[in-house]
Amino acid sequence: MEIFKLILMLFLIICAVSVSLSKNLLTSVIIFMSYSLIMSIIWVLLQSPDLAITEAAVGVGVTSILFFLTLKKIHLLDESGKQDENAEDQ
Amino acid sequence: MQKISKKERFEAWINGEIPSAEEQLLNESGRHVYQSTSTVQAKRRHKNPRDYQNAFEIKAFQKVYNVLSVVFCLALIASLLITVSYLPRVGGTDNPGNNEVAERYIEKGLEETGAVNIVAGMILDYRAFDTFGESCVLFCAVCSVFILLKVSDRETAKENDRIHEPKNDVILQQIARIIVPLGLIFGIYVVLNGHLSAGGGFSGGAIMGAVLVLYLLAFGFEKTERFFNEKVFRVITCSALSFYCLAKSYSFFTGANHLESIISTGTPGAIISAGLILPLNICVGLVVACTMYAFYTMFRKGGM
Amino acid sequence: MIGSNLVFNIEEVVAIILFGIGFTTLLLHRNLIKKIIGLNIMDTAVYFFLASMGYVDGRVAPIVTNGVLDAQVYINPIPSGLVLTGIVVSVSVTAMMLSLTIRLYKRYHTLNLDEIYMYAVKQDR
Repeated sequence: MEIFKLILMLFLIICAVSVSLSKNLLTSVIIFMSYSLIMSIIWVLLQSPDLAITEAAVGVGVTSILFFLTLKKIHLLDESGKQDENAEDQ
Repeated sequence: MQKISKKERFEAWINGEIPSAEEQLLNESGRHVYQSTSTVQAKRRHKNPRDYQNAFEIKAFQKVYNVLSVVFCLALIASLLITVSYLPRVGGTDNPGNNEVAERYIEKGLEETGAVNIVAGMILDYRAFDTFGESCVLFCAVCSVFILLKVSDRETAKENDRIHEPKNDVILQQIARIIVPLGLIFGIYVVLNGHLSAGGGFSGGAIMGAVLVLYLLAFGFEKTERFFNEKVFRVITCSALSFYCLAKSYSFFTGANHLESIISTGTPGAIISAGLILPLNICVGLVVACTMYAFYTMFRKGGM
Repeated sequence: MIGSNLVFNIEEVVAIILFGIGFTTLLLHRNLIKKIIGLNIMDTAVYFFLASMGYVDGRVAPIVTNGVLDAQVYINPIPSGLVLTGIVVSVSVTAMMLSLTIRLYKRYHTLNLDEIYMYAVKQDR
């Protein structure tokens, strides 16, 4: 169990570093999602099941959905801006 | 062009008026500049030799900033690690954290609150006001997101995200048909069993909110707006918060000692036990579920 | 200079390292969304540190089983309660920051903090 915990914590650090290093925003959000998932397993190993359920629902579910929505919204804004530009060009 | 004072502009902004025509013109021209900044900058670099120096300065500053921030963070980590090396061992039985407060919560918690899950008994009975404040934080967060992202009626036609709703995706809908009822029941179970097993208002509410978001994602706004709109959200959140407030602040009139309650704690382990913890868990769960759902709709289309 | 418990407090060491990584992300990146993710990582690191303070080897989660009411059986419930509230608050903070990001993007059409600052200064003139 101790070794399992060590491996999970190693994963945690790797995830945190690769969030910082990845160029694509979508990739880093997905890596952050897996970071939260690993965190929720660590909560179980630390004997706090309340935290594990909350982190799994909140960190993995809601936070990443909010990030995805933000990215989508920004993408849409980008597209509408391009359309405006094209219209002005014509 | 007449100058508009900052105060006037602020007042106009407060009243929700559109900025005057001149300002709009300014904004639009400004926006045009932003979109093609790179080319503008490139042109300017050729024209003005002073900008060469500026660009060089900015680059140098950025390099120094990066190096300094890395050095600062390393120093921070090093100093904190030195602190950690002096802390008592993790998992030791006689750590200063495991003091008489924790002992008291564990030994007397079941007797005084009736909750089998000691964490639930702690956050909803001994520290109930803390949890109440936190529910209010959630409510305030929804309000501020509402202020920031609410799409006014004037913009609706242009900026509304409703056009970009998902098409009827068969795979998503079939899976949602299976997962949504199960997930909703699991969320309700987690909320209702908050005082008996792991879970409680926060986790159960978050699960319910996430399941509602999945339903919305699969079937679109038309289906969810039948049972959940802004009015329902307002009624549920406000009534849950005010019930919580009233249920806990009665103790101000009975000597500010809310440990002794008129409601009996019941037999530990039964679903209707633990005095006020079950209704308070339901309140917190409703507030959290509504909050999560409201965040989603606000981000999605700017409004409920 | 270094105390004797650095090797044994692996949870706390990992929490500190995560805090440092999050802080570095916050400082180095110009992108607002990366900054928000860095702040979230810092949040989780602090929660991890707190929860590891309450963990005791060989004890179980603080849910009374079989009527045993001995403080020597269960872990410390206080950090769990504190972290539980913290996790939910961090979500609302994240939502707030993301909505501010959307507003900034609507106005300036960029996520780069330096460019936003430049445009804001230009507009004030």
